[in-house]
Amino acid sequence: MHKEFLMGNAAIARGAIAAGLDLVSGYPGTPSTEVLETTAKVNDGSIYVEWSVNEKAALELGAGAAYSGARAMVTMKQVGLNVASDPLMSLAYIGVKGGMVIMVADDPGPISSQTEQDTRHFASFSKLPCFDPSSVQEAYDMIQDAFEYSEKYHTPVLFRPTTRVCHGYASIEVKDEDEYKVNKPEGFVKDSSKWVIFPRLSYNAHMHIEERNAELSEVLSGYERNFIVPAKDSSCRRGIATHGISYTYVMEALRDKPAPAVFKVSTPFPFPEQAAVKFLEGLDEVLCVEELDPVIERELTYICGKYHLGTRILGKLTHNIKTAGENTCGTVAVSIAGFMGWEVPETAETEAPPALPVRPPVLCAGCPHRASFFAVKEAMKGKKSVFCGDIGCYTLGNAMPLDMVDTCLCMGAGVNITQGIGKIEPDTNCFAFVGDSTFFASAITGAVNAVYNQANMTLVVLDNSTTAMTGHQPHPGTGRTMMGQVVDKVSIQDVLRGVGVKTVETVDPLDLKTAVETVKRVAAEDGVKAIIFKSPCAVLIKSGKPAVIDPDKCTNCKRCIKALGCPGIVMRDGRPAIENSLCTGCGLCSQVCPFNAIGGAGNAE
Amino acid sequence: MQSNILICGVGGQGIVLTSKLIAAAAMEKDIPVMSAETIGMAQKGGSVFSFLRLGDGIYCPMFPEKTADIIIGFEPAEAVRMLPYLKDGGKIVLNTHPIMPVTATLSGSDYTGREMIEYLRRNVADVTLVDGDKACEEIGSPKVLNMVMLGAAVRNDVLPFTIDDIEETMKKTVKPQFVELNSKALRY
Repeated sequence: MHKEFLMGNAAIARGAIAAGLDLVSGYPGTPSTEVLETTAKVNDGSIYVEWSVNEKAALELGAGAAYSGARAMVTMKQVGLNVASDPLMSLAYIGVKGGMVIMVADDPGPISSQTEQDTRHFASFSKLPCFDPSSVQEAYDMIQDAFEYSEKYHTPVLFRPTTRVCHGYASIEVKDEDEYKVNKPEGFVKDSSKWVIFPRLSYNAHMHIEERNAELSEVLSGYERNFIVPAKDSSCRRGIATHGISYTYVMEALRDKPAPAVFKVSTPFPFPEQAAVKFLEGLDEVLCVEELDPVIERELTYICGKYHLGTRILGKLTHNIKTAGENTCGTVAVSIAGFMGWEVPETAETEAPPALPVRPPVLCAGCPHRASFFAVKEAMKGKKSVFCGDIGCYTLGNAMPLDMVDTCLCMGAGVNITQGIGKIEPDTNCFAFVGDSTFFASAITGAVNAVYNQANMTLVVLDNSTTAMTGHQPHPGTGRTMMGQVVDKVSIQDVLRGVGVKTVETVDPLDLKTAVETVKRVAAEDGVKAIIFKSPCAVLIKSGKPAVIDPDKCTNCKRCIKALGCPGIVMRDGRPAIENSLCTGCGLCSQVCPFNAIGGAGNAE
Repeated sequence: MQSNILICGVGGQGIVLTSKLIAAAAMEKDIPVMSAETIGMAQKGGSVFSFLRLGDGIYCPMFPEKTADIIIGFEPAEAVRMLPYLKDGGKIVLNTHPIMPVTATLSGSDYTGREMIEYLRRNVADVTLVDGDKACEEIGSPKVLNMVMLGAAVRNDVLPFTIDDIEETMKKTVKPQFVELNSKALRY
C-alpha cells in the first residue's frame, strides 16, 4: 500500500484495475467521464478501453465481456442509464459470469445534468445490488467489493457515486501493483438455456432474483460499510440515517457535539434490513439525511411498519431535509441542529456586499458554434422559425444575445421535437441543432424517422470534431479510439445521405456570407435536408492573431457586442475593445462589423 | 492542526493548478489533504473555486461557511462572492485586477473591481493586496499569476509550508525551463 492524491473518479478507476479489470466501456457525461479516461491513461495495454457511441452500446459490450468471464466496468452519468435501461433490465435476469460493475454517477443539484434522478431507484427497479460510496477512499475500496459481490452472485451490480465524490480529491491509501488481483477470463461458453432470454427463463430468473435479494439483504446487514456509529450519549433516543457524501456532512456537523447514533447505508439495495432494525430499536426519532430521493427514509418507514416499531422517521417527506438540490455541510448542520434542538448560532449583521457580476457559462471566444447560430439567425430573420437544441456545449446558444435554442430535452431529442412542431405548425421553418458526438450517440435514428415520416425540417449538425463539453473525447467521426488506434472516420455526410437525406451541404460557419446563403437556400427546400457546419473546437486549435479594432473606423455602434456576445470583445473606456488573452482570431466579428473596423484576425485575411 | 483554504477566481487563471500544488506540498510532508473544485458547466470565464483542507480527522473536502483560514482571491468580485466562508479573524490575499464578465459587457455596466476591494477592506482586518498584472509584467509572463498569489499566501503564515517547501514541490511539477520563472514569481 502507498499514498496518492487522487480524484474520486481516478480512485474508482484505480480500484477497478486493482480488482482485475479486463474491459471498460462508457459514454462521456459529467460527473462520470474521468473514470474511463483514467483507466485509458494508466492502461498498460492489458485492459480494453472504449468510448462507445452511447450508453446502450457500452452496456451491451460490457455484458458480452462479462458473459465471457471478464471483469467489466461500464461508466456513464445518471441520464445515460436511461439510454442503457433496455439492456440493463434484461441483463438483470440473465446475469453474468465475470464481475460486472455499472458505474453510474448521480448529480445532485443538478450541477450539469437535465434531471435529479436517483440511480438507487434504478437499482430496486432492476433488482440489482447497488453500492453508494461516501468518500474518495471509500470509492477506491468499495469498487473492489462491488466486483467481488458481482462475481459471487453472478449479477451485474450498480455503483453510484455522486458529483462531490467523483470530483473530490483526497490523499488515500492505494494498493501496489503486486497486490492487484489478476483475472483470467475463461471465454464464452455456449449454453442457450442460460444466455438466451425467453419467457420461461425469465420466470425462473425472477424467482431466483427475489430469493437472492432476500439473502443479500441479510448478507449486506453484516457488510462492514453498512455500519452504525454509536451515540456518544447512550441515553440519546434520536438517530441519524444517511449515505454517500451526506454521511461526511453529518459527521462534520456532529464534531464536538453530544452526538446521536448514526446509521450509514452503503447498499441502498438490497436494503440491509436487519442492520436497520438493530439501529432503530430504542430510538424515538430518526432523521434521514439524503440527497436526491428519500430512499432510506421510505425503507425505514416501511421497516417500522413491518416490525411494529414506534420510531418516527423524518427527512424529505416530512420537510426536515429540503426535497431538491445538493446538501452542504451548512444545510446539514442546520437540519441536525433543528432535529436535536441545538441552538444555531446567530449570524452577526454584516454589510451587504456590492452587486456582484454574474458569470453564466457562455460559448468560448472563437467557438464556431457562435458563428453557426448567428448564420442561421441572420438567414431566418423575419421568418417564422423554431430552433430545437440538444445536449452539449451548443446548449449555451440559448444565452443572449444569440437566443437560438428554443428547446432542449435529452440527447438527440431535438430532431424529432422539431418534426413534431412542424406537424402541428406546417408554416414554421423547423430546425434541429445537434453536435457531432450527439449525432452518433442518438440522432441517427431520429433522422431516419424524420425522413421516413415525411418531415419538413433542416437538420444542422454542429461538427467540431470532438465531444467538447465533457473534455474532448474522441467519437466515430474523429478517427481515433481510446486504444490509441487511428481508424477510418465515420462520415456524417455519408450517414445522412445513406438514410435518405437528399440535400446535405457542408459549410465552414466562420465563412459567414456563404453560411448565411447556404442556410437560406437549404431551408427553402421541402423535406428533410441537412447542413453540416464544420469547424474545429476553438479550445483544440492554436489561436490565430487576435483581431484589431481600427479606432478611426469604429463608430462605437457596438454591433459586434450586441450581435455576438463573444467574451473576446469587451467594453474598455466606453468603446469595444479586443481582449487579447481570449481572442482566437476567428474573424467572425470582422464579418459582422458594418464599418469594416475590425481586422487583423488570424484567418480573416 | 487543520487548515481550510479557499482559492477562488475565474476559469483560466490557474486556480486548480494552485490547489494541486498545495496538495502536493502537503503530500510531501505527509499531511492528509482533501480538495474539491467546480467542474462542469463552468468553462473559461466562469466562477471557479477550490476548497482545500489539510490535517487529520477531516471527513469531507468542503467546509462550512465561516471556517476558511484564508481566501486566496484571484479576482476581486470572486473573493467577495466567497467571503461568507472566511472565519472571523481569517485572512485574504487578493489580486486587485478585475475580470469583466460577458454579461457586464452586454449590459454596459462598468464593473472595475474597486468597489469590491473597498468592501473587503472595510469588512476584513487582514487583507493583502497583490497587483497581479504588474507582477506578471515585471516577471515577464502572464502565466505566473498563480505562483505570485501562492507566494503571497505562504508569506501570510497560515499554510503549514515555507516558500522553500512550495518551491521544492513546484520544481517536481513544472518543466525545467519554467522553474526559474516560477521561483521568481513565488518570491515576488
